[in-house]
Amino acid sequence: MSASDLQSAPSAQEAAPPRPAWQVLLIRPETMTLALLVLAVFAGAWLSPFFLDISYILRSFTLYAEFAIVALVLTMVIIAGEIDLSPAANMALSACVFAWLQQAGLPVPAAVAVGLAAGLAMGAFNGLMVIGLQLPSIIVTIGTLTLYRGLAQIIAGDKSIRVPEWFIGVDKIMVLGVPLPVVIFIVLALALGFLLSRTIVGRQIYQIGTNEVAARHAGIRSARIKFGLFLAVGLVSATAGMMTASRLGSVRYDLGLGGELQMVLMAMLGGTYIFGGRGTILGTFLAAWLLVLVSTGMIVANVLPAVQLVVLGILLVVSIIATNFIYSRTQR
Amino acid sequence: MSLIRTLLVRREAGIAVMIVLFCLAVGAFRPQFLTLDQLRIILLLVPLIMIAAMGQMMVIVARHVDLSIGSTLGFSAMVSGMLYRFDVDWFGFDVPWWTGIPVSIVVGAGLGLVNGLLIQLFRLPAIIVTLGTLSLYRGLTFIISNAKQIDRQWIPSELKGLSQTSPVFGTPWIIFIAFGVALATYLFLMHTRMGRQIYAIGSNPVAAPLRGIKVTQVTLVVFTISGALAGLAGILYASRWGFVNPSNTGSGFEFQVIAAVVIGGVSINGGVGSVLGTVLGVLLLGCVAAALPLLGIPGTSQAAIYGAVILVALVIDRTVRRQGIAGFKRVQP
Repeated sequence: MSASDLQSAPSAQEAAPPRPAWQVLLIRPETMTLALLVLAVFAGAWLSPFFLDISYILRSFTLYAEFAIVALVLTMVIIAGEIDLSPAANMALSACVFAWLQQAGLPVPAAVAVGLAAGLAMGAFNGLMVIGLQLPSIIVTIGTLTLYRGLAQIIAGDKSIRVPEWFIGVDKIMVLGVPLPVVIFIVLALALGFLLSRTIVGRQIYQIGTNEVAARHAGIRSARIKFGLFLAVGLVSATAGMMTASRLGSVRYDLGLGGELQMVLMAMLGGTYIFGGRGTILGTFLAAWLLVLVSTGMIVANVLPAVQLVVLGILLVVSIIATNFIYSRTQR
Repeated sequence: MSLIRTLLVRREAGIAVMIVLFCLAVGAFRPQFLTLDQLRIILLLVPLIMIAAMGQMMVIVARHVDLSIGSTLGFSAMVSGMLYRFDVDWFGFDVPWWTGIPVSIVVGAGLGLVNGLLIQLFRLPAIIVTLGTLSLYRGLTFIISNAKQIDRQWIPSELKGLSQTSPVFGTPWIIFIAFGVALATYLFLMHTRMGRQIYAIGSNPVAAPLRGIKVTQVTLVVFTISGALAGLAGILYASRWGFVNPSNTGSGFEFQVIAAVVIGGVSINGGVGSVLGTVLGVLLLGCVAAALPLLGIPGTSQAAIYGAVILVALVIDRTVRRQGIAGFKRVQP
């Protein structure tokens, strides 16, 4: 092909007609999540008659709500082209800081505040390493994952620290018949969904994840936005840590152990693209429910916890393969 | 470039200096740290990490990472443990004591190959795939073992003897095995075509296929070797500790190994890293681990130290890549 052919090519070709709306909707990864969700409901109902009890599912959701809340923010981090594997360790450390301080005699509200500040500081540290020192976030957060949980182990030792009686039971508080953690999850999902899809900052997050160099040339303050995202993950993780402490009634260094897998899994199942630039809060929202249905379904069906580990691992791998496949077929 | 200058820019020299300084500093407070007995303690701490670190190093040089080696270690150790435990029920006779060694290596290699296939065939990031298989292999370990530990009496005493009896100088076999693996890795990486191709892929994954390197094939081999070495570490775990537990065996092992590899100057951006550096990184980690009880620091702080060490090594790696040690400008890789 000669140079003149190349030049005339765009004008000579008609633009491809836009896809029909139903096709656009059908090939979105969130649709896959929704289909799986419906499938999970039917499968669960077939396995056990108790399964369709909505209050049972809501109560089960409180077991996963902390991870789900963090997964919402993690989705934005992944869309921005970074990753954070340390939130689960962050949850453990901030909860340990809180429990240790209140045991040492600090009033509970002050201890909570220090715990949240610790979470924020951990997020800031991640952000500093990734953005300030330009290190890859994958390996930095593997390091901080080990570090934070190790520090929690130093603070709490091998013992579990009890929290005061009145602090226990955030999952038992009902708002209009829905447990408080679930309400927090839904409200946060709405807020972040609005932020990501309807505000300038939200759209800029997508641009950073799609092509950071181009985004910076377009005047987007990518460093500032990404640092803000790491801070947000830190703060939300600490909040989730407090909620877990309240739900369990005691804190140990192994609180939320392995939670990073479930958080990443929720984001991946929801169709967030692992290389950044694509994904929605809606997807993660649906995926969180899907994961809860699958997990409780396995509990109802008396599946061993070990098999659940296997299923989660397989789900993670299958969901990235599927998402990659969908995105490679549809250049949005 | 003069010899001194070469030494100053070489990463390995820096790590060696760090080891010496650390040992002298600890020795100043606790003189018993600088004895031959202590050297044996350090050497006995490191073989498992060293063997797995050789595989992890190849993976990281190829610009991937393998988070599943802890679970691979646990699974392959469990398969061999069950073989020792149930051999009479299954086959009607006692298997010889060494059976576990090839079995664990093959099982580990299989798990590594699965990682490699998922990563290479579906073009997925290694970190996410191996995070998934980390959970998957651990779950499988629970399933095959019925969540039961393989106790001391089932592990053959000859196998346990590998970590106790010594051919020379009171040095157990397991240490020779570890250094043998390191030597083999050195020969493979430095003196075979495929070894050099691993560096080429890590340095520039886009250019590698254009130079005729079969990237898929090499990547599969790298992950298979990493799994096989984790498997070898698995059977040596059974030898060293005399039991295999479905939840404890190898759990958190990947972080120790990654810490050792990163301290050893293997760049997480791929293409850079040497066997000598990794060995020194492992030894430095061993010195730290051995010094903790002597200094009266509780064992619970180990995880935090590994984490801090990974981060410090990352920052050093970044600084060195920019300007070399002692301000000598180094060519940007």
